[in-house]
Amino acid sequence: MMREMMMSVPVLMALTVGAYLLAVWIRTRSKIMLLNPLLISLPIIITTLWLCKIPAQHYIQCNSMISFMLGPCVVALGLTLYEQRMTIRQYLVPILSAVLVGSVVGILSVVALCKWFGLGSMMTLSLEPKSVTVPIAMEVSKGIGGNTAITAISVALCGLFGGIFGPLILKLLRIKNPIALGAAMGSGSHGIGTARALEIGALEGAVSGLCIALMGITTAVLLPIINMLIGI
Amino acid sequence: MEIIIGFGIILTFLAMGECVSVLIGHFVPGSVLGMLMLFIALLLKWVKPNRIEKVAHFLTGNMAIFFIPASMGIMDQWGVIKLNWLGWIGVIVVTTICVMAATGYTVQGLSSWGKRKGGEK
Repeated sequence: MMREMMMSVPVLMALTVGAYLLAVWIRTRSKIMLLNPLLISLPIIITTLWLCKIPAQHYIQCNSMISFMLGPCVVALGLTLYEQRMTIRQYLVPILSAVLVGSVVGILSVVALCKWFGLGSMMTLSLEPKSVTVPIAMEVSKGIGGNTAITAISVALCGLFGGIFGPLILKLLRIKNPIALGAAMGSGSHGIGTARALEIGALEGAVSGLCIALMGITTAVLLPIINMLIGI
Repeated sequence: MEIIIGFGIILTFLAMGECVSVLIGHFVPGSVLGMLMLFIALLLKWVKPNRIEKVAHFLTGNMAIFFIPASMGIMDQWGVIKLNWLGWIGVIVVTTICVMAATGYTVQGLSSWGKRKGGEK
């Protein structure tokens, strides 16, 4: 009976919400913005499922209602884009060109490095959209035949890395222009990058946030074209 | 009521995006098209931003929770990742640096080019 309870949809959905809330609580408590809620909730859920001997696939199925919200979540980013329309208008040319170059370099560098490191085609497809915010990356990954779980975690790790080392890397690269800084942080490490960019300055943060959504659009459109051209 | 309307508008755009996505053979995900359409509709003032603000901010402000379940699929992929986890991390680290350098230099290059052009005038 206990097992039947643990296997039910509401209990497993509550597990997701609970793990997320706990992760957010840990982040607010520790005041470390780098503690990504996704990367903290996953071990919590993995341990719980393992202790109760619940298959991961069953958990995923029971949480399909929560997963469905990914779509509306991506659509809602349209409002984020709209709220930053003034920044877009002001820096249209530099931001658009940065995003275009960024997404092409992002895709091609993944393809080249995956070959170099000897990662298979499934890993390559899952990593290709990794320069984009998680929900968009997952949708794109699903579309091109990648694994959404690998994509989501790769993007989160990417954000973590960029959030920690981004400012240092940009210093070493001698990138000082505030718009360049913001564009690089947003394109390279999304949400966490934007949080760090906001610490540097308001303009850096606004540009960074803008680049997240724009990178999503350009990557979603360019990725299938590039894949077709290089024959993956 | 406000929340239902907001959610309804977002769902409508998602549905429209999905339909266009089917028409173009799933070339671009429906949700990304929906986002673009919503952005355009907001610019053209077809949709009032305050209609969707509450729901949209809830969705984008708590994004992580929506991709936790799907990310658990990683459990079935451990085999693939364990095979070459160093390569996986390597790709993530190096490509992130590549993207940052590419975007940063593009903007910086453009702005110094603009200045030079301005100076010549």
